[in-house]
Amino acid sequence: MNYSIIRYILSCVLEFEALFMTLPCVVALIYGEKQGFPFAIVVAACLLLGEIGRRIKPKSKVFYAKEGFVTVSLSWILLALVGAIPFVMNGEIPNYLDAVFEVASGLTTTGASIASDMAVFSKCGMFWRVFTHWIGGMGVLVLILAILPLSGSYNMHIMRAESPGPSVGKLVPKVRSTAAILYGIYLVITCLEVVALLCTGLPFYDSLLLSFSTAGTGGFGLLNDSLASYSYASQAVITVFMILFGVNFSAYFFIIRRNFKDFFKNEEVRWYLIIIFISAILITWNIRGTFGSLGNDFHQAILQVATIITTTGFSSADFNIWPEFSKSILFLLMLIGACAGSTGGGFKVSRVIVMIKSVKNEITTAMHPRSVKKIHMDGKIVPDNVVRSIRIYLIIYVLIYLSSFLIVSLDGYDFTTNFTAVAACLNNIGPGLSLVGPTGNYAFFSGLSKVVLIFNMLAGRLELLPILMLFHVKTWKE
Amino acid sequence: MRIVIVGCGNVGATLTEQLTREGHNVTVIDEKQSVVNSVTNNYDVLGVVGNGASFEVQSEAGVKDADLLIAVTGKDELNLLCCLIAKKSANCHTIARVSNPVYSREISFIKEELGLSMIINPQYAAAQEIARLLKFPFAETIDTFTKGRVELIKFTIDENSELCNLRLREITTKLRAEGLVSVVERGDDVYIPDGNFMIKAGDRVTVAGTTNKNLNFFKKIKMPTAKAKTAMIVGGGETTFYLASQLIEMGVQVKIIERDHAKCEELSEKLPQALIIEADGTDKGVLLEEGLAGTEAFIALTNIDEENIMLAMYAKSLSKAKPIAKVHRVSYDEIIDDLNIGSIIYPKYITAASIVRYVRAMHNSMGSNIETLYRMNDNKVEALEFIIKEDCPFIGKPLSDVELKDNVLICSINHKGNITIPQGASVIQPGDTVVLVTTSEGVKDICDVVAK
Repeated sequence: MNYSIIRYILSCVLEFEALFMTLPCVVALIYGEKQGFPFAIVVAACLLLGEIGRRIKPKSKVFYAKEGFVTVSLSWILLALVGAIPFVMNGEIPNYLDAVFEVASGLTTTGASIASDMAVFSKCGMFWRVFTHWIGGMGVLVLILAILPLSGSYNMHIMRAESPGPSVGKLVPKVRSTAAILYGIYLVITCLEVVALLCTGLPFYDSLLLSFSTAGTGGFGLLNDSLASYSYASQAVITVFMILFGVNFSAYFFIIRRNFKDFFKNEEVRWYLIIIFISAILITWNIRGTFGSLGNDFHQAILQVATIITTTGFSSADFNIWPEFSKSILFLLMLIGACAGSTGGGFKVSRVIVMIKSVKNEITTAMHPRSVKKIHMDGKIVPDNVVRSIRIYLIIYVLIYLSSFLIVSLDGYDFTTNFTAVAACLNNIGPGLSLVGPTGNYAFFSGLSKVVLIFNMLAGRLELLPILMLFHVKTWKE
Repeated sequence: MRIVIVGCGNVGATLTEQLTREGHNVTVIDEKQSVVNSVTNNYDVLGVVGNGASFEVQSEAGVKDADLLIAVTGKDELNLLCCLIAKKSANCHTIARVSNPVYSREISFIKEELGLSMIINPQYAAAQEIARLLKFPFAETIDTFTKGRVELIKFTIDENSELCNLRLREITTKLRAEGLVSVVERGDDVYIPDGNFMIKAGDRVTVAGTTNKNLNFFKKIKMPTAKAKTAMIVGGGETTFYLASQLIEMGVQVKIIERDHAKCEELSEKLPQALIIEADGTDKGVLLEEGLAGTEAFIALTNIDEENIMLAMYAKSLSKAKPIAKVHRVSYDEIIDDLNIGSIIYPKYITAASIVRYVRAMHNSMGSNIETLYRMNDNKVEALEFIIKEDCPFIGKPLSDVELKDNVLICSINHKGNITIPQGASVIQPGDTVVLVTTSEGVKDICDVVAK
């Protein structure tokens, strides 16, 4: 293990966090809030430490897949630990563990909150809380790759460890240009949303923050009732953009390149849209009459479907009190998640498609034992090792899910709460059902449960393996 | 530049490494998933699995926007087809690897008619390198210009050299030798010398000229040009054929030891002047019987790297011959170099190097009229070849009247195939190509070297 290069990259990460944190300082200056001082102090400290760490050049530049995984996981943990400090210092979240939970939830775009009242946050505190969604959505290290000239083989290993999805598809030959293109697309769609929300009559501050929250598919709300008190027009805009951010970003790249053939070939996006549409119709039928007109029912249903499948986690109505059938559909959507290569979390639509296809193949093989059959996706063959790694992913996913569920049950809350809390954190959604439903929060869990849930959020965002590697003794010994 | 490489074998992988290091956008195509995986894991490139000659695969790899396609699979015909399709569909530059001797005779026809930018023949290139090593045994590097007719040869001056402690103008007056000393490297410094420059022991000197002029020059200054008169080659592959034909042309007696009967027959048909021995070249008895002790050059060119290394070591221990071994696959260069066997030839590096040179020149010449560009002496010196256009300020004037910037030297003028070493009275015409060396960077046009 090459510790010096990891130290070097972590120092870069620290400096980038300082860079991000200057934004809440600016917000504090604009609104004249004294809560901005802790941010300024942390910025200074990060810059100093980062600069010291970066001055000492790494002894060797050896960087393999293992270093990539460890660097990415440690970076995310570091970001959460440092990002939490200002909240404790300005008293908005007095308990450090709670603050780490909140920031980890932000960075991993989960949106699970321990705050029961949004009024405790100052404008700059709220800005930082929501801005972490935007940072975490596309990934910090991807941004570093796009900006810093880290040449050599590192970038591939880092990119593979950080990007969501079963296989890393580079858009152009260079990692650096790929990262720049992804961030470009991300930035442009975010700006479009800000403009669209401004048009629906929201103030600039709210438009900006809601856009950050949507872009990262995070789901931190600005108000206690999440989206419920916004106009239908604003809600509709947010719904559309949530769905857009849940789409595989390489699909947008095809559109930019005017390669419509490949865009329409993309099975994942097609199924993603079909699933959203069918679920929305089923829920509309199930809750008909609850919101006055059929149009309103559909509006609520599709907003809720979009927010859950993209793992954003906004709410405009308390779906906790909806009929069981609707709740079950929403829970299944929680598990599926968004498209690979989007900012959303979850198991990913493409993995589900491959799993279903491999089940189909298995049945064919049972009927025709000598048959040879490959799994196709987007008109191409899915290599056997990818299929295998998806199966393994499912196993790890279930194992982590069940063991976390077991630990969280120690707190003694009801089954639905524990089961959906773990699902909501592991899939980076935010709200679950029962006590952690759209109107609830995570404050009541014990310290141990919170640590487990933080681990779940990070594991979910980084696609399980990188975080698990930290717990393997051999990672550190060799 | 955007470059597509078809085929990730030895040469393909080496090329990928070097071209990504120089910052190009590289996409690789190979039929094997595992090969593509290993290349994309190690280098920052995009990989596409498929047949490189297929239009669809090429489109997926983005050949439409590419500047250059390099086809280096093991099959000549496939390489040519790849280039042909890329040329027709995307009109990009194309480089193909073609090594079959049958095609090599008509290489310029193929190149012209199919519109390829370059055809590279690794076996031929390796043979040429070996022949050069035998021709100028003291040369450290040899760079060629004007389609191989102008050579820049770098060598080290020792205390006993005739050139030692001589001013450059005295080379013609005292030694009556005709040679242009174009670059002198002394310690870490690099000079473009003028007539008053004094050469000292330990200097590394680059001399420019045509092959024949250089041979004469080295004879005059009494450098050991005594090229080998007899050569023994073990292994009868394509490289052997190319090398033997070149050596025979140089007047060297060639003895080839090959195990395979059919290959021996073929070689004896093609190379009537060579002595073909049908025997196992790894057999000590055979080597001794065929006069290993007396031969002046020993070249191991079998298909097995380890065998070549062993043979060269054995030859070195037993005779005074200059041993040369071909290493194709083995990647432990450092250890092999430590063995101090003599000269090792790596066809994959030679091939990759000449393609990289072409790419550099192409990269540099986008919007300029540079034909060839080499960086020499640890990148401190650039040697460039230009085509003279109508608007050049040089035209019609004797060179003594043109004032050049410091650190620029014109090494050769090619006037309609007639190559001369420039003198004060030389005149440059439009359409000529000139080779010049300079220590200043960023020379893009011949006008850049005129003193303002």
